[in-house]
Amino acid sequence: MTNSATETLSVVVEREVPFPPEKIWRALTQPHLIEEWLMKNDFKPVVDHRFNLSADWGAVDCQVLSVEPNKTLSYTWAAYGLESVVTWTLTPTGKGTHLRMEQSGFRADQQQAYQGAKFGWQRFFAALEQVVARSD
Amino acid sequence: MPDPHDILFRALADPTRRAIFERLCREGEQTVGSLTVRSGVSQPAVSKHLGVLKQARLVRDRHEGRQTHYSAQLGALGPLIDWTSQMAAFWQTRFDRLEDLLKRMDQ
Repeated sequence: MTNSATETLSVVVEREVPFPPEKIWRALTQPHLIEEWLMKNDFKPVVDHRFNLSADWGAVDCQVLSVEPNKTLSYTWAAYGLESVVTWTLTPTGKGTHLRMEQSGFRADQQQAYQGAKFGWQRFFAALEQVVARSD
Repeated sequence: MPDPHDILFRALADPTRRAIFERLCREGEQTVGSLTVRSGVSQPAVSKHLGVLKQARLVRDRHEGRQTHYSAQLGALGPLIDWTSQMAAFWQTRFDRLEDLLKRMDQ
């Protein structure tokens, strides 16, 4: 649930996919392909481009942060009052690609805005873990 | 009526407010005055932040004489934990769909 390396609230999903990075990149960046696995969208692989993802249940407001073809892609993801950042990382392997998605709950610049944040986050997650332990 | 998730996320999205909450988590119950020291903002600003945290049920206040003491309410973080588990489940299904799509795509 937590990632102590980045000291942020994050969700990580990663898989070995038996296809080359170039092919996966197309699925991650071409609107008609994105729609097939994620949501309807007006995505463009251009830094600062604002786009929306929409589904029956609601919409997500996004903005492209970085684009490195066939390697990494990141965009902001704002939904339910929480701004997060989704980062895709593609690493070629002998059999295909290691595909990693990380969604971080709070932007790094927001954390760094407070000088005590580094220590605070460690404690914050220690506190969160106590809550989790109690809810089991 | 705003969504309780929304209130919680908005309360924690502000770095100064989050820092105040973190201090209450690690140092225990405190007054507005002691929270203002080292916070880098004025006492009225700290009071305002505490008001938002209270609305999100992240802090509880206790009056003692002329002082008000604030303490962190960790149970209010529950929806945040829900968020991570919900998003993890969401992305797992999207990865399944992405893999299906890749099988169907031309090289």
